[in-house]
Amino acid sequence: MNEQATFKDHATLADKFNADEPRVNWHDKTLWFIREKRDRAAWQLAEWETLRETASKIKDNVLSNLPTYLEQFEAQAKANGVTVHWAADAAEHNAIVHSIIKKQGVTRIVKSKSMLTEECHMNEYLAKQGIDVIDTDLGERIVQLAGEPPSHIVLPCIHWKKEEIGQLFHEHLGTPKGMADPQFLTAAAREHLRERFLTSPIAITGVNFAVAETGEVVVCTNEGNADLGVQLADVHIACMGIEKLIPQRQHLGVFLRLLTRSATGQPITTYSSHFRKPRVGQEMHIVLVDNGRSTRLGSDDFRNALKCIRCGACMNTCPVYRRSGGHSYHYAIAGPIGSILAPGLDMKKHADLPFASTLCGSCSNVCPVKIDIHDQLYKWRQVLAKEGHVSSTKKIGMQGMAAVLSRPGVYNIAGAAGRWFMKHLPFVVNNRLNPWYKQREMPAVPKQAFREWYKENRKK
Amino acid sequence: MTVGLFIPCYIDQFYPQVAIASLELLEKHGVNVVFPERQTCCGQPMANSGFEHLTHSSNELFIDNFSGFEYIVSPSGSCALHVKDHLHADKREHEATAIRGRIMELTEFLVDVLHVKTLPANFPHRVGLHQSCHGQRGLKLAQMSELVAPPFSKSEQLLRMVGGLELIPLDRRDECCGFGGTFCVAEEAVSAKMGKDRIADHIQHGAEYITGSDMSCLMHLEGILRRQNSNVKAVHIAEILNGNVNA
Repeated sequence: MNEQATFKDHATLADKFNADEPRVNWHDKTLWFIREKRDRAAWQLAEWETLRETASKIKDNVLSNLPTYLEQFEAQAKANGVTVHWAADAAEHNAIVHSIIKKQGVTRIVKSKSMLTEECHMNEYLAKQGIDVIDTDLGERIVQLAGEPPSHIVLPCIHWKKEEIGQLFHEHLGTPKGMADPQFLTAAAREHLRERFLTSPIAITGVNFAVAETGEVVVCTNEGNADLGVQLADVHIACMGIEKLIPQRQHLGVFLRLLTRSATGQPITTYSSHFRKPRVGQEMHIVLVDNGRSTRLGSDDFRNALKCIRCGACMNTCPVYRRSGGHSYHYAIAGPIGSILAPGLDMKKHADLPFASTLCGSCSNVCPVKIDIHDQLYKWRQVLAKEGHVSSTKKIGMQGMAAVLSRPGVYNIAGAAGRWFMKHLPFVVNNRLNPWYKQREMPAVPKQAFREWYKENRKK
Repeated sequence: MTVGLFIPCYIDQFYPQVAIASLELLEKHGVNVVFPERQTCCGQPMANSGFEHLTHSSNELFIDNFSGFEYIVSPSGSCALHVKDHLHADKREHEATAIRGRIMELTEFLVDVLHVKTLPANFPHRVGLHQSCHGQRGLKLAQMSELVAPPFSKSEQLLRMVGGLELIPLDRRDECCGFGGTFCVAEEAVSAKMGKDRIADHIQHGAEYITGSDMSCLMHLEGILRRQNSNVKAVHIAEILNGNVNA
């Protein structure tokens, strides 16, 4: 498939999403409901802002001492009997996972939620190798059956209505047509997944936190699917980005309190599972993945994004995300955090994402580890413009604007300027088919500009 | 006290009444106001589009116009924030630094510097306050709903001094309106939808007027209101506080 020909940017995909306004309203309200739940959960802790600050400082420490913590973690994990692998990029990660599976000679495996494996497009890679990966998180299974990527990192199928899930299950799992009762559908999914759990000798999980002190990894789920997969399998493969480290087990006392309150407004996930060593007869592997992270660590402006604990709060609060949907971001991680992560991996492909924001700043305020998300969006814009990743129309418009606005004489003649402004501000992007006018009236041009009034009324 | 009045370019050209109200409001409180006439634009439209490197000349011009004032006051939180965060000049960094420390948004100046306690204004209407993001989350003109922290709002404090004015509640007290500079055209669909939703929240609570301290947000909302043939009007807070809304 020609990627160039089929690529659609955020604005185009968002425009498509907005063709169905009632659905946009529903999507917006669903996510806003979660934002409100998050607010209520946060307000129950008087020390909420202190917790955020503490989490931010712990992550700062981790990033500043990452090599030390990684080596400590590796040594501890090895001492626990775990095999540790290092992957420089997505391809290496996928090859490592594949080699472990191949050794077992199996073609069907289960996987609990892992954004890292989404980032690495592991499922697609393994499918090409003839290996069928079943996502066991209910939301992920739903989008998997639909042949879609997740639209949200915590709520993968938040863009699906229950009636649509009923239809999907009818087609794939044989549930009665028209059945949309969530409890019934969940039971059907459970039955379908149970068979896969029981017959899969390999379980892949993601990692929420990796403790350097003990070499253990912690996986947070609401469905217990990580536990079930791992406990029934002969081999456990845990895949993680190198930034997932925390120094000590006691720091979980900060992060576990923040994670789910920020994500869904629950005090904690139903399961916080600690995996430290393989049980007798089991193999446990941890794959540590860089994939651009150490490059980012070297950037003063953007390293901070590595503090992310993948709670999704920035998506739920983002007024643009709520009204454009996760798929409009065309990257494994959508929303504000995805928009500052994606250009780090491929600037050209994701050049549109930092512009898919009004820079309202709500994302930075809900972030439990205080990532300066909206400032980084601004900074990415500067990088992208300098590196030539914005359209030449926009560039020429901006140059013209800069020329007029920095010359008071020209500005005044253009004064008359009202007419110049009508054409250029804020309509510099495209004044052939003025997008402002599609749903908005233009401001009326007054008899005189303020500067003329000032001359007549204050300078006499 | 002499204050340099910084009027954003689009207010100068499209909303002179907002600039006049700001000027008169400051004068009423005994401030000597000067409008440096060679001012144009702070450079924000370029910078937010990724072209901060094209703003050197507008930065120089801004410094030419505003160096030396005790305070620089602007009826726009967004433009004031841009100057505060991004005004730099290679050879005149000390002047730029001084300006960054002295620029204030109008309501901030009225509350924090002039300590305004009463206003001789009446506005017997139901008014919704749109807290613009850059003023609120950038300049901290009001508490942000995301934080677990005590509430305050400088705009609200001033509006409560206006006779007969009834402030209506909103479901989402600090949701963005979707203007966002060039976002409003580059992401037309989402921008317009955000604006429509913002307006619906106000109308649902019976607002006759939508006000705020950023005319750019209000220009966007006004454009949608007029397209909808709505009776609801968008007015800048300076017009209400100065008691001269042209309804």
